[in-house]
Amino acid sequence: MEKITGAEAMMRALENEGVDILFGYPGGSIMPTYDALYDHNKTLNHILVRHEQGAVHAAQGYARVSGKVGCAIVTSGPGATNTITGIADAMIDSTPMVVITGQVGVAMLGTDAFQEVDVVGVTSPISKWSYQIRRAEDIAWAVARAFYIAKSGRPGPVVLDFAKNAQTSMVEYEPANVDFIRSYDPDPDLDEGEIREAAKMINESVKPFVLVGQGVELGNAREELKAFLEKADMPCGTTFLGLSAIESDHRLNKGILGMHGNLGPNVMTNKCDLLIAVGMRFDDRVTGNLATYAKQAKIIHFDIDRSEFNKNVKVNLSVHGDCKKSLAAVTKLLDKVTHTSWIEGFKPYEEKEYQKVIDKALHPTEGPLLMGEVVRKVSEATNNAAIMVTDVGQNQLFACRYFKFTKARSVVTSGGLGTMGYGIPAAIGATFGAPDRTVCLFVGDGGLQMTLQEFGTIMEQGAPVKIILLNNNYLGNVRQWQEMFFSHRYSFTPMLNPNYELIAKGYGIPARTVVERSDLDNAIKEMLATPGPYLLQCAIMEEDNVMPMVPPGANIDEMILEYKSE
Amino acid sequence: MAFGGQCGECTECGKCERLLKGQSEVDINKEENKMEQDNSVRLYTFIIYSENVPGLLSQITAVFTRRQVNIESLNVCASSTPGAHKYTITAYCNRAMADMLTKQIEKKIDVLQANVFTDDDIFINETCLLKISTSIMLENKDVCRMVRLHQAHIVEVNTTYATIEKTGITSDILSLYDSLKSLGCVLQFVRSGRICITKGYTEHLDEYLADREKKRNSK
Repeated sequence: MEKITGAEAMMRALENEGVDILFGYPGGSIMPTYDALYDHNKTLNHILVRHEQGAVHAAQGYARVSGKVGCAIVTSGPGATNTITGIADAMIDSTPMVVITGQVGVAMLGTDAFQEVDVVGVTSPISKWSYQIRRAEDIAWAVARAFYIAKSGRPGPVVLDFAKNAQTSMVEYEPANVDFIRSYDPDPDLDEGEIREAAKMINESVKPFVLVGQGVELGNAREELKAFLEKADMPCGTTFLGLSAIESDHRLNKGILGMHGNLGPNVMTNKCDLLIAVGMRFDDRVTGNLATYAKQAKIIHFDIDRSEFNKNVKVNLSVHGDCKKSLAAVTKLLDKVTHTSWIEGFKPYEEKEYQKVIDKALHPTEGPLLMGEVVRKVSEATNNAAIMVTDVGQNQLFACRYFKFTKARSVVTSGGLGTMGYGIPAAIGATFGAPDRTVCLFVGDGGLQMTLQEFGTIMEQGAPVKIILLNNNYLGNVRQWQEMFFSHRYSFTPMLNPNYELIAKGYGIPARTVVERSDLDNAIKEMLATPGPYLLQCAIMEEDNVMPMVPPGANIDEMILEYKSE
Repeated sequence: MAFGGQCGECTECGKCERLLKGQSEVDINKEENKMEQDNSVRLYTFIIYSENVPGLLSQITAVFTRRQVNIESLNVCASSTPGAHKYTITAYCNRAMADMLTKQIEKKIDVLQANVFTDDDIFINETCLLKISTSIMLENKDVCRMVRLHQAHIVEVNTTYATIEKTGITSDILSLYDSLKSLGCVLQFVRSGRICITKGYTEHLDEYLADREKKRNSK
């Protein structure tokens, strides 16, 4: 059989996994692989980012919207350590991704060689699997195993540390296929007893409430979820990552859970008699004070990851398995009922929140622009069909609160890790993952500058990212906490900003700044009508707060609707 | 674990009795969860089987350190199942933590199985070696008396030192050490850490592997 280099074998192994796009940045220890890539540019579209952190976040954005495995490729040492934030982010947000890092040759390992870092040691605790490829003979197997692990079960990031000698030595390549690992069961069989018991508990419940997480999207179970909710007429709330798991305007979707979620779902969490969590992990931002969380209710937890059961919240019943299967199985056993008066019970809270918070956020008549109104107007201008990408902070909270969703896989946000700087590269990745859809990025003036260099990638690729810069001249979310919990002491949150329009123009990105409310509609129209990327800078009220809010550590049903600074 | 309601496997937990009295499964489980939550800190033994791949040990110990649990003893070696490594780890924690650690360890891709036991569920053994001063041993007859009393063996004697070996449960070993130490003759003392075998009639790893093979073949 023909012998090829390990680098060439890597290219063929990636193609064998259906990879057609790589986000990366070359460097010393990965050069043989980049050399092989040069001959594969027709099948493997390499997107050159401007910093390795950009590569991993772009791969995440790509994976989130496409459902495929995102792939990043970087060099050893600093190239590898620059990907750490993205790997940790993908781990906590269950994003399927394979990161290939260059590594010094085996003979040099452990000698503190130039650009050597113990990548497997560093990434093991923050990845689903981390493996060092030391021989060219292992490439086919390791790549196949990496992709299988990344995408199956509860998805996550996998790191392949690719030693230089394995890239250069010659090998007979044969494609490998991994679809079974005896120590790892990504698709556990459903337990009949659990299914029956779940159905029984739901059928006996008079006030059921469903918590919808990203697991529904990851499991492609939107239809199953809808059938499940509709048959037993159960209202639901979603996590941030689960936002597009059900249409925003669905009759049974009562809004967002948690710290900056909606009043109704949070209050009703502590009023329901049965709490049904699907593909979510009871994050502290969702539960508030655990000691008072849903204590009146029985709790059922559907998840594919057994280690999530009883981790934060003790549950009465766990249903282990792929929610696409388990929801369908339980739905079959459900009684077709209505819970009209229970669902009506959300209304007063919805009205109260609308009157005290939402109306003011969406329809201000005077004063500077507000984030909420900008987000909603952008959402409506796209017929609520766009992909929403956010950075982290107030921009994220307002975007998640006021953007509306009609389509699956429309949310790209850093939920668990809260990574500032995630927005721009993730949005770039999203434009490649869903080339037919509009990608709207909401980003603050803080996060924008953390990965600003990726404007270069946008320029080079013409990536059609609609960047909505919500500029309030503050690190707004930290400022809000300083105002509320640190006696108004604004320790290093005010920020002197550059001229972002000029910066965008330097990168050839059309830009416009909106100060007056009367210009907003027109500017959004212009942004969406302009082909390719666009920066819309909105001059936002400086000291606005995201409301309502469950203060950290408070009970989930004790939301502050209005906050007046003393 | 599911509540199928057919808790026929044991007689201790009293679940069946309470079920007969009309208490619902859910309430019983809630009660038991509560008991588990309140459980005090005790020594748990974690028995873990994994594939023999490098790097797993540090991943497993990291699960403990990240959650501020200190490992008391750790033993790793090949198991009776070809290719499978066995880890025996002891640590002080509460029940909820023990369960969380077990699940987090089992989540590692190359870990086959992780289980946690209390001392009642396992047969425990540990070995220690003591190096003691020959001159003190000859001077003081209590030294040999203590060795015999503890059913320890003298495995080597020369003019300078004697080596003593003792196998048993932790408390016996510590008792031997304390008594010899009080006689002032201990030069070195080393313990192996705990090894143990589960009590019970089923071999969980074998069952698990058989189950997995079935799944592999059905693919």
